[in-house]
Amino acid sequence: MFYREAGQYNTTYEQDLQAFPIKQDKIGIAIWLVLAYLFVPFFGIPGLEYGFAMNAIMIPVLIFTITTIGLNILVGFTGQISLGTGAFMGVGAYACYKLTSYFPDVNIIIIIFASGFVSAIVGALFGLPSLRIKGFYLVVATLAAQFFLEWCFIRVGWLYNYNPSGAIEVPQREVFGWIVTGASAEPVTRYLVVLSILVFLTIIAGNLVRGRIGRSWMMIRDMDIAAELIGVRPLTAKLSAFAVSSYFIGVSGALMVFLWLGAAEVESFDVNHSFLYLFMVILGGLGSLTGSFMGAAFIWTFPIVLKELGKSWFGINATVMENVSLVAIGVMIVVILIAEPHGMARLWQIVKQKLRIWPFPH
Amino acid sequence: MADFLYSVFVGPFADMIALPDFLMQVLWEGFVAGVLYALIALGFVLIFKASGVFNFAQGIMVVFSGLTLVGLYELGVPAILALIITLGVMYMLAFSVERFVLRKLVNQPDIILFMATIGLTNILIGLGQWIFGGETKTMITEQLWLPTGSSVWEPGGGLVIFQHIDIAATVIAVLMIVGLGFFFSYTKVGRALRAVADDHQASLSVGISLNQIWVIVWFAAGIVALVTGIMWGARSDVSFSLQIIALKALPVLVLGGFTSIPGAIVGGLIIGIGEKIFEIYWGPLFGSGVEGWFAYVIALIFLLFRPQGLFGDKIIERV
Repeated sequence: MFYREAGQYNTTYEQDLQAFPIKQDKIGIAIWLVLAYLFVPFFGIPGLEYGFAMNAIMIPVLIFTITTIGLNILVGFTGQISLGTGAFMGVGAYACYKLTSYFPDVNIIIIIFASGFVSAIVGALFGLPSLRIKGFYLVVATLAAQFFLEWCFIRVGWLYNYNPSGAIEVPQREVFGWIVTGASAEPVTRYLVVLSILVFLTIIAGNLVRGRIGRSWMMIRDMDIAAELIGVRPLTAKLSAFAVSSYFIGVSGALMVFLWLGAAEVESFDVNHSFLYLFMVILGGLGSLTGSFMGAAFIWTFPIVLKELGKSWFGINATVMENVSLVAIGVMIVVILIAEPHGMARLWQIVKQKLRIWPFPH
Repeated sequence: MADFLYSVFVGPFADMIALPDFLMQVLWEGFVAGVLYALIALGFVLIFKASGVFNFAQGIMVVFSGLTLVGLYELGVPAILALIITLGVMYMLAFSVERFVLRKLVNQPDIILFMATIGLTNILIGLGQWIFGGETKTMITEQLWLPTGSSVWEPGGGLVIFQHIDIAATVIAVLMIVGLGFFFSYTKVGRALRAVADDHQASLSVGISLNQIWVIVWFAAGIVALVTGIMWGARSDVSFSLQIIALKALPVLVLGGFTSIPGAIVGGLIIGIGEKIFEIYWGPLFGSGVEGWFAYVIALIFLLFRPQGLFGDKIIERV
């Protein structure tokens, strides 16, 4: 009844090309933005302690959403499966760390965006084999990236400034007088910075995906030989997908270390994390930006919710609940793949479709 | 620069010639590791041939079967009974995977099936930790009548140590591969398996039940996983970190070809021996720990020149 496009006409091409052509969608996005920018910074998540809500839920979810969008560009939009996500996040994080130690006076936001480019170059380099191989073979290539880079993070002392602990520790940095990184940064400032970067990157991703580059990615995904025949260059399409995807992943890695963890060792970038991000993409929906938000939020919060519920309702200890959530997520992956291969994003679309014809479904 | 070139091209070989017994020790260690890689890869190949599914869960199946065996024994079940029950568990696993996952995902793109097996991996990790706990366990070597000691061989004043368990692992692996070879060549079920591997639709049309074949093949992979789990567990420990090591079966497969059993074995041996030699003789050049990625990088280089692997079928793409 409320969600329908009846009576909304597009009279110009510009209107036709909008990101959100339906008025209700615009209102919906506005509500989300108001919630994210005005409600959450002041009140956190109702019912949860403020610091916990920020540090354990909101900030990581936003950061992982960037990761998921990046991985989705590669897996969902271009159809190139990757298990090297964790390591590419590491590249972003270590690049950011090196850049801050070389240019201590440069604005940290600029450095974070710049470190994405390092990750993009590394990603494109490891994407080169994708020109000759695909599918499972590419999995091996990305695993090579994962393990090789992990090894570099341990063995190449230059990357962590020969710190004896082998970890990278985040220095304190200010942006316009606000402390953004380091131990004394307020959760709310970090949250707002992460949120703004996420919004900015989402706009970029949305426009890339529906533009010429995005279409060439999707053509490669759907059938690469046919795409080649009608004039898509696989070289540029695949490598640009790897580069853009790694850029997003690198930025999220830098954010993860600088605005969330505060210090990181190589364990934060291991192959198990790569699986986690792949789950976010699959569960959220392959080839959907909305799905990336849903997948990241769901996979991250689900174990936390389960752990809390198990503790407070049934008195089950945390390790058991951790394993239960592992099993549950595995089952959900299988069920989602069987019932709805397009993930939660598709479920949301179905709901919207139902709303559109409600209350007269025929 | 000359020093560097020397340490790459001359030094390691000089070391090898100077201490031939040490070289033999390294080769033997690499050989045994290679046998175990080959066993894991064998499980992959069995399933890939018969159902076209790239079973990412093979590594965790190794851990899971080993854990079940040890866990049951720790509960007081006699070793031999525990072994039988574990086989039963692996059969149940094969049956439920076929019934609840594969059958529902028939005709889906390969990549979807692959991701489903990643989901399966998660389930098995969770279940394994839930039931048996996450801590490292010791394999019940003696209770399964596996030898433990070691022999020393002294060729010309040198010293090479052979762990008996390594010898046993090699013998059992060879026996199992020969057994599988016979099973595939001379039994009715084996022939049906090969028929399914060749062509799904043609084998359906001559009355082979795909569902049954899938259960059998997953069970066979489960048995291979159990044997691998026992052997690997006896050499080190039964722990979940094995699952990451088991990923090394992927470069082995790339080297050997996804559909070839001899390929899996040769690939396993190349990777096993290659990475040990590289680690010992060239590792110090890079700061050691190269074992972690050497296999993958070799596979990556190999992929660029021969994507189908040493023994794989040529990849032909049709539009």
